[in-house]
Amino acid sequence: MTDIPASALLSLENITKRFGPLVANDGISLSLQRGEILALLGENGAGKTTLMNILFGHYVQDEGVVRVAGKNGLETLPSGSPGAALAAGVGMVHQHFTLAENLSGLANIRLGTEALLSLGRASAARRKIEQIIAESGLTVDLDRRVADLTVGEKQRVEILKALYRDAKVLILDEPTAVLTPQEADGLFVVLRRLAANGLGVIFISHKLGEVLAISNRILVLRAGRKAGELVSATADRRAIADLMVGKAVAEVTRAPAKPGAALMAFDKVSLRQGASRQSLRKVSFELRAGEIVGLAGVSGNGQAGIAALISGLAVPSEGELLLYGKPIHRADPRALVAAGVARMPEDRQHDGVVGTMSVADNIAIEEVRSPAFSRSGWLDRKAMRARAQSAIAAYDVRCLGPDAEARLLSGGNVQKLILARVLEREPRVILANQPTRGLDVGAQAEVHRRIIAARDRGAAVMVISEDLDELFALSDRFLVAHEGEITDAGPAEGLDRSTIGLLMAGHSAAAEGLAS
Amino acid sequence: MSFRLEMRENASVGLRLGVSLGAGIVALLLVAIPVLFAGGSPLTAYGLMVQGAFGSMFALSETLNRATPLILTGLAAAVAFRAKLWNIGAEGQLYIGALAAVLVGSGLLQMPPALLIPTVMIAGFLAGGMMMVIPTLIKQRFGADEVVITLLLNFIVILFVQMLVEGPLKDPLAMGWPQSVPLLAEAKLPKLLPRLRMHWGLITGVVAAIVLWVMVRKTVLGFEIRAVGENKAAARFAGIPVDKTMLKVALISGGLAGLAGVGEVAGVKGYLSADLSPGFGYSGIVVAMLAGLSPIGTVIAAIFIAAVFVGADSMSRATGISNYVADLVVALSLLCVLVGSFFLRFRLRYDRKLEA
Repeated sequence: MTDIPASALLSLENITKRFGPLVANDGISLSLQRGEILALLGENGAGKTTLMNILFGHYVQDEGVVRVAGKNGLETLPSGSPGAALAAGVGMVHQHFTLAENLSGLANIRLGTEALLSLGRASAARRKIEQIIAESGLTVDLDRRVADLTVGEKQRVEILKALYRDAKVLILDEPTAVLTPQEADGLFVVLRRLAANGLGVIFISHKLGEVLAISNRILVLRAGRKAGELVSATADRRAIADLMVGKAVAEVTRAPAKPGAALMAFDKVSLRQGASRQSLRKVSFELRAGEIVGLAGVSGNGQAGIAALISGLAVPSEGELLLYGKPIHRADPRALVAAGVARMPEDRQHDGVVGTMSVADNIAIEEVRSPAFSRSGWLDRKAMRARAQSAIAAYDVRCLGPDAEARLLSGGNVQKLILARVLEREPRVILANQPTRGLDVGAQAEVHRRIIAARDRGAAVMVISEDLDELFALSDRFLVAHEGEITDAGPAEGLDRSTIGLLMAGHSAAAEGLAS
Repeated sequence: MSFRLEMRENASVGLRLGVSLGAGIVALLLVAIPVLFAGGSPLTAYGLMVQGAFGSMFALSETLNRATPLILTGLAAAVAFRAKLWNIGAEGQLYIGALAAVLVGSGLLQMPPALLIPTVMIAGFLAGGMMMVIPTLIKQRFGADEVVITLLLNFIVILFVQMLVEGPLKDPLAMGWPQSVPLLAEAKLPKLLPRLRMHWGLITGVVAAIVLWVMVRKTVLGFEIRAVGENKAAARFAGIPVDKTMLKVALISGGLAGLAGVGEVAGVKGYLSADLSPGFGYSGIVVAMLAGLSPIGTVIAAIFIAAVFVGADSMSRATGISNYVADLVVALSLLCVLVGSFFLRFRLRYDRKLEA
């Protein structure tokens, strides 16, 4: 990184990749200059990850060439070889970290870069890493075990790993998904600094706001094709959103809430069983009819516990969970479903559907023992099919029909299936856990519309989300989770992202200020 | 140029059938090699095997007699494996079922056959079922692996039965042979045809297969078993009682293996001994895998495996080629099915690599 001429670092030319009949990438070209931050924006399934996997050598393209800057200008990168990509200076930070949890940050950074026998010579490596840290601002305690680092620190280790290998191009796949807004801002500062030193950055995301904030240039992908390329400084939010979905997205509007009686109440609820990311400490709040409550928080701060309790998968270790004023003593999802609680699971592919069973089976699964779908132990296939058919029509579930296996559905259609399953019963309490994670803009708007419609019908809704934009779009009232405690941040009006961000980071001063 | 594996979206019924059939055929082809080494002609050997298994009414009866316990242990494995409950203990459950039949049917109860036979069968079913319910409970309570528990229990049960037939249950009239007191005539399963060993256990097996087939497709319990087997997390989230469903599966699975034991004592031997089963419980796993865990397929696969054993015995008497050939065929069919099921999930693609 000596002087910084504005020269090309990377060029992808007419990359095409097919999976059977599906064209994942269709003649996509892109170039990256030294010192540039390029955002790769697109809905899920638009081909972002496929393109980056080709660049990184995980996939072999059917057509097209990848060129990376080498000694003699741009040189063709042999396809299908991650080793060659690494050697050419392409570094990738995956969404799910690839770190050895029980080793130190230093060991993780050096891992795989040195021959087995020279592993003893740590001092030279340490000097090099410390220099990178000083230049970039990626401060991390190199000697702590990775398991003891925060998510933000782990991400910094991942970036250091790439830089230590002399990456000229750094690819970040949805890097802010796991960060608080403040941590994300910190990351952006680092990225700008790295870019100023000559690094080329490709930033993959589906969040418009942050893409506009960080990038110099935006490449929008849609359905495997390049939908447009814009300069960030002059780009407009709506124009990008339209490029992503290919049609104008109707803004979801909502009337002010008219909160009614409390339908579900947490009264000093503590939860200790299960994984630690579930545990809760003396949590109290109410879900009222006709109101959407947004639960913000960095993932792993107790949201899983709240979700488990509302879903009927757990009961409080202490305190009481009241449904319609009556305490719940048994973890029984079926009883809750029968009582009018609708539950959308956080991981819809894993917890929401049985992939090898049919769409009809998956729509009936929660109520298979109810008279609607069975009589004295025998399934009523006719009723199940009829229900599935109406759900497919009403919720626009794209599938081959009621008998299609659920695993063949895309993420958005799985979520529509779950919406159809839980909303068709006109539930009184709704838990929407990460309701639009991984969904494209069009499907997101659809899910939001359905949730708001349910609220207007008088349902009490809790939305748990890591996407603050989504929470601000939906919530009438905010709760913030931090280390198993829940702070009531009050009505959404008058709250802004930074206030919520401070609460997410556990700043009690802000909490005290709000409580008054 | 290279070969590449690609995930299949869907495996058709024809393909599934093809894999099972293909596995059997490939196994027979592979076993032709050792037959050649033994100095025999594979064609003659297999011809004799077919004749030995199906060539006469007597041969057919022997094959079906042999298939009877295999159908039941095969169903035991199939129903459990569907729910991802790895019951490797059908052998032990068979012996416990046989033991229960002897305890109930050798004089404890005096009833006419119409009552005693069902009683003996229910006793065998429940005893075998408990032998699977208990390991399942231990798995649920303590997280112990059911493969290890059920596998090891097989040896414990057989030693226990050995102790009983040499001790408290020993038949004083058996001239010192280690065998139990005989069943009452009223407890014995009637023969299907005079002078042939085929008995009503065969009908029990076929009926059990049909009942299971209907259960999986048409009943809420079958729905729940499928959901639990295919995705435990989603089943739990949807409110299906996962542990309870697993216990029901365990009872059915162990019970079916127990019925196999009842069939062997009440239908064939008339008494219990420690050599009642030449590994019917283990062969049941092969049967279920060959059948792709389909109940109806299990009946067919059981008859195939039984024919291999019976045919090999007869072939061995005629040619002098060892009847170990049968074990080879069975073991190789299992391996071939495992390889074949890989191709149910993936397809092999011939790939020309791009020039860089």
